[in-house]
Amino acid sequence: MLNYTIRRLVLSIPTLLFIAFVIFMLLELAPGDPMASMPLTIPPEVREQMREALGLGEPWWVRFPLWLKQFFIVEPQYWIDGAFGTNFADGAQRIISFQSRSPVFDTIAERMPQTLWVVGMSYVVGVAIALPIGIISAYKQYSVFDQAGTFISMIGFSVPPFFSGVLVIVIFSVQLGWLPSIYDTTHEVVDWQTFKFQLQQMIMPVMVLALQTTAQVSRYMRASMLDNLGQDYVRTARAKGMSESVVVMRHVLRNSMIPVVTVIALGIPSIFGGAIITEQVFKVNGLGQLLIIALQGSDIPMVMTITFLLAVLIVMMNLIADILYGVLDPRIRYD
Amino acid sequence: MTDISAQVQPVDQIDPNAPFEPEEKARNQWWDVWDQFRSHKGAMAGLIFLIFITVFCAFGPLVWDVDPGKLDIRNKDVRPIYVAIWDGDAKTSWARPMGTDHLGRDIMANIMQGGRISLAVGWTAMILAILIGTFVGVLSGYFKRLDWGLMRFTDLVLSLPILPLLLVMMLLFRDPLRAAFGPETGIFILIVTGIGITSWMQTARIVRGDVMALKEREFVLAARSIGTPPRRMITRHILPNVLSPIMVSATLGLATAIITESALSFLGLGFPSDFPTWGKILFDSVDRMTAFPERVLWPGLAISLTVLAVNYIGDGLRDALDPRIRGL
Repeated sequence: MLNYTIRRLVLSIPTLLFIAFVIFMLLELAPGDPMASMPLTIPPEVREQMREALGLGEPWWVRFPLWLKQFFIVEPQYWIDGAFGTNFADGAQRIISFQSRSPVFDTIAERMPQTLWVVGMSYVVGVAIALPIGIISAYKQYSVFDQAGTFISMIGFSVPPFFSGVLVIVIFSVQLGWLPSIYDTTHEVVDWQTFKFQLQQMIMPVMVLALQTTAQVSRYMRASMLDNLGQDYVRTARAKGMSESVVVMRHVLRNSMIPVVTVIALGIPSIFGGAIITEQVFKVNGLGQLLIIALQGSDIPMVMTITFLLAVLIVMMNLIADILYGVLDPRIRYD
Repeated sequence: MTDISAQVQPVDQIDPNAPFEPEEKARNQWWDVWDQFRSHKGAMAGLIFLIFITVFCAFGPLVWDVDPGKLDIRNKDVRPIYVAIWDGDAKTSWARPMGTDHLGRDIMANIMQGGRISLAVGWTAMILAILIGTFVGVLSGYFKRLDWGLMRFTDLVLSLPILPLLLVMMLLFRDPLRAAFGPETGIFILIVTGIGITSWMQTARIVRGDVMALKEREFVLAARSIGTPPRRMITRHILPNVLSPIMVSATLGLATAIITESALSFLGLGFPSDFPTWGKILFDSVDRMTAFPERVLWPGLAISLTVLAVNYIGDGLRDALDPRIRGL
């Protein structure tokens, strides 16, 4: 298993390098000029100097390794320096945003908590709703509950977040006036009142994102439970006189969770993708919004870094899912 | 319904010793599939809705002869006709049953025009994705030499962050393509290609698995023993047998393509603003949704119901094409 993990980790390095290269070359072809928004009165030679100041003067085969070095060596050094007060980085050049002229990672660190709160919470809520629905749907297959569960997950698959989000805003913010429609990120939780407000403003974005997760995970949970409920060991357990709750909740559930856990791990990157849209709907100033703004402003380093971070997340989650599968299910052998 | 299904005799009721009596008419297997499909209520409802919305968008403009782009400032902000039921003073008009927007453009005509674009993008992108996916899947499953490379490539594409990359591609190639093919066609080509080349991977994996299993079957061996060349082998023997998983993933692909196109338009990176699609209409209406919630509702419902219908059709197809379930 350790062998396999190491092999996969080593294999993921060229994968990530290739992805970084694809993203870099895509952006390299971009006709969008970061100087486009500058006044036209700037003389051409000054404009050229400004381009060089942004680091655009060099050809791509110089800038791509430089970006790799900044991403993998310089930025972690700054991170360690910040955490332990050391001085590894020694003033090395960081990845600088074209728009704000500040280090890209500082901006990302500012935006990260909002996204993590909304996305993380929605994933936890979504999974927490999905698991019981899946279990009951499978145990009472073809019952009214199962039919309703199927229908709800169909809706979750079909209604895009930019419509469900807008719909809940119209209903709960506009018509009923219960919840705020815009997510206020400057809000700080200090007492019960502010906590209540935080809960109120989080509930809509979280539920909109959670609907997608619930739809997917509950389907997998149901299918996996159904697979296991028909197995011989279930009959044996019942024949031994075990109570129904022990059979279902201990024996069947544990075995059914194996594929579901991997699905949960694999779903994490896609929920970040979904957050790009949800953040746009609820005006959360998180990573997704940062990406959209950077795209519109041709802020190449920012787009590159955020997209690559998402790719790292995808590759890591694939790896974790595969390893988890091997750890949880002794029948799976990778060697 | 009963007259057709009565002719089909379930296999297990046939007495093997009875003298063989050929049925009056040979029956195409697709009729069995259709019978099974018809018994799935959700799938039938989905099919009826999909046909309805397609006819509505394709032939609606012939009947509803209003130019979707025509500005009519005097008749701006007309509410849909049903508002008159509870609010007699509201500005409603039978000539504008779904209302008009802030520039007086007729919403019904826009929904029809937008639906044409959204459905066309969905179908074309899906067909492109299925073609690429089937091609890669068949090559990878049939030819062992290509398998490793093609599957690693598929894995690589699968680990790309799709939505950000699509956004980047939209920004990147928008102006060159617009210059080359004109604003509408250029963006159409861009969106269709973008969605197509980022959503073929699942189909390729499914097709590869099925082709690998089929390759070991006796009929393939028999065909090979009489010297069938690989090309004819694939087209005559392999492809017809992987048709059902391809059809099921085609429905899923159509649903995702429609949603992706709307998402791009919603993020402001789709078609130009005077060119309506469902996602674009929704995006343009969000600013005024407090006063005019119906403008968000119409395109949103159109997207959601179409995708729901397609998903149900996919569900029904999966059951209908599975011979183990069919005929039960």
